Order: sequence, then C-alpha cells, then structure tokens
Amino acid sequence: MLQAVTLSCRRGERRLFSDLNVKVEPGTLLAVVGENGSGKTSLLRIFSSLLPPEEGSILWDGEDIHQLKELYSEQLTYIGHLNGIKDDLTPIENVMSAMALAGEVCSRTAAQEALEAIGLKRLIHRLPSKVLSQGQKRRVALARLWVSTRPLWLLDEPFTSLDAASTGVVTQRLHAHLQRGGLAVIVTHQEVELPAERVQRLRLAG
Amino acid sequence: MSRSSMWEAVGGIVRRDLLLAMRRRSDAAMSVFFLVIVVSLFPLGVGPEPAVLRTIGPGVLWVAALLACLLSLARVFTADYVDGTLEQMVLVPQPLAVLVVGKVFAHWVISGLPIVVLSPLLGLQFGLSGESLGVLVMSLLLGTPTLSMIGTIGAALVLGVRGSGLLVALLVLPLYVPVLIFGAGAVTSSMAGIGGEANLSLLGACLVLSLFLAPWATAVALRIALE
Repeated sequence: MLQAVTLSCRRGERRLFSDLNVKVEPGTLLAVVGENGSGKTSLLRIFSSLLPPEEGSILWDGEDIHQLKELYSEQLTYIGHLNGIKDDLTPIENVMSAMALAGEVCSRTAAQEALEAIGLKRLIHRLPSKVLSQGQKRRVALARLWVSTRPLWLLDEPFTSLDAASTGVVTQRLHAHLQRGGLAVIVTHQEVELPAERVQRLRLAG
Repeated sequence: MSRSSMWEAVGGIVRRDLLLAMRRRSDAAMSVFFLVIVVSLFPLGVGPEPAVLRTIGPGVLWVAALLACLLSLARVFTADYVDGTLEQMVLVPQPLAVLVVGKVFAHWVISGLPIVVLSPLLGLQFGLSGESLGVLVMSLLLGTPTLSMIGTIGAALVLGVRGSGLLVALLVLPLYVPVLIFGAGAVTSSMAGIGGEANLSLLGACLVLSLFLAPWATAVALRIALE
C-alpha cells in the first residue's frame, strides 16, 4: 500500500499543494489530474523519491520510503515525462539495457515480445531509435511495462503522443496489472477507461 | 539487493556506454585527436632544439592529457540527463555511487585508455628515452582514472547549467594540480636518473583516494541535479 501523509511541495516561491493525504490500495490506480503547472509531475516525482517533499512523507506498507531507499526502488517502475531511451540504440537494446539497469532479467525474446505487444512491428526492432516517431519512442519506453514484475507503477502522462489503439493496449495492460494486485499512480489529462471501482481520482487545484 | 544484481547493473551500464561509444566513434576519437594536435603544436612553437623539448616534454604531455580528459568529461552525464536515463539510474535498487563507478570506468576506457596507449608515440616526439616512456605510460595509467574520477564530480555539479563546459574546467582544474605535479614529476625524475617510483606511489595513492571519495560526492551531486 502506498500512502502520502500531510504532503506539501513548494517549487521556488510557489506552493503547489499542502497537507495532501492520499492512500493507494493494492489493485487500484490513482489518477492525478489538474491544470498545467498544478504540481502533478512534482507529486509523481515525490512518490518516486526523486524529489524530497517539503513536508510530510510517503509510506510504502507503513514505512517511510526515504528510510527504505533501495528496498523501495525494488518495488517500483517509473516512466517519467522523458522517455529514458537512447537514440543510438535499437528499441530492443533500449528495453534490455533499461531492464538490466533496473536489475530485472529480460531476455532478447522477452524484449521483442514486449515491443510487439505494444504494437511495434518486428521490422523496426533493429533500427536506431532516433529514426522513430515521438509516439513510437513513447511506446519503446512503455514496453517496459510488459516485462516489469514490480508491484508499483508510476507513469507520467503515459498516453501522450500515443494513437487511440495504443492507448487502448496500454490501458488493458494497466488493468491486468491492477487485477494481479498491482498499484499504479498515473498523471494524465485523459479519461482512463478502467472499471470505476479501481480508479481513484485526485484533482490538484494549482 | 543481492550482490549479483549489483554487478549485473554495473555491467549493464558499462556495456551500454561502450555500445553507445561504438555507435558514435567520432565523439570518442575527438579527445585523442585533440591530444595529438596539442602535443604536436609545442615542437612547432618552441623550436626543434632537442634539449629544450626534452625538458618541457613531460609537462606538455601531461597538461595535454589533462585537457583532453577534461574535454570529454564535461559531457559524461549530459546525454543521460537530457534523455531521462539519469532518472532511471537514480531509481535503480543499487547504490548510485556504484553505478557512477561503472559509468566512469566506461568513460575512462573510451577516452582515457587511448591516451595512455598513444602516449609513448607522442613522447618520442620530445626525445624521451625508453625508460622514461615506460614511466610516462605508468603515470598516465594511474593518473587518467584519477582525473576521470575527480572530473565526474564537477560534471555532476554543473548538470543543467548553461555554459557548463567552461564551468567544469574552472571547478576541476585546480583539483587536478596534485595529479599533474606527481605525474609530470615521475617522468622528470626518471629522466634525471632518480627513478619515478616515489611519484608513481603518490599517484597510486591519489587514485585510491579518489576511487573512495569521488563516487559518493558525484552521487550526491546527481541527486541534487535531478530535484
């Protein structure tokens, strides 16, 4: 279970949010919505431990994530606003090196299947990623969701530059993750088409 | 976190960086060409007097090696920072300092090792004797990893700052002074017939110290850069 306790965040002079309390149970998804600049990405980065909160804390199964450190990193897959893929590597190499870095095993076949699952044809698996379109690059980044075994997913605008079909595929994948008892926090502008009992919405006022 | 997965992550990052360097050979070749050109300019500027060249040789070679290291160092984290892989590095279940060592090792193999390998050839231009050339290689072998280690702290500190290349130079060059003194000193004293062992041991000590301290400092700086 992921929990934010009396969280507040300030960027520069501006206070983005304060005294924020929210709880994400296993099998559910927290969709963070709000205007541009309302602190959605900052909240996600606080959840990921990249950004320390000004006040308050994040608890994972009741323990502070800044105490858990690497033990918390072992629970999480974070796909940020930046794709985290290398232009000079092929999509397959990108998936494999990202997984190796995260300390999860991923074979070449598994990487290939993940890329196919998200709709990238075999033909482009061997091209350098720099020739891909924005949407295709985003899909290479999201392909990690098919090989990751981590219980907590933190996704920043996962659906940007994706076409309708891919959005559907990613939503399905999210649903499967939740059904297995996983947790997810996503920042989004779009409506997430998941069963209502699994989705909790958090609107940041800005 | 098991030990094997830690080595896997470090191995992964070394493999990835070497693969990237293979795809972009021009980047790696740049610092080597820089070294060759700078070193070759000195005999042209100072004149071909063998005695003079032999005197300035060790210093010139070492200063050029140091600048060549610096040139490539400024970029060591930039690409990772821009494309988001640095965020992923910070979030892996391994200590960031250990990954930094992997990153620096890969960087040294790409830009430091060629300098070490090429140095005897450049030393010949300055009329260094066979024994002094050996000491030169040894001193660079111990010194260039130290330069990479110290330099990454500077590179991490200026991440995301405009005009960071020059800033890294200003931050890091003063810290390079001891390495330069011991490195050039080793070659000079071997030419004088005293033997370079004392200076080489000091270089070794610098390497051990930087291996111990620099990765932690770099890791802290990287976390701050990403906040």
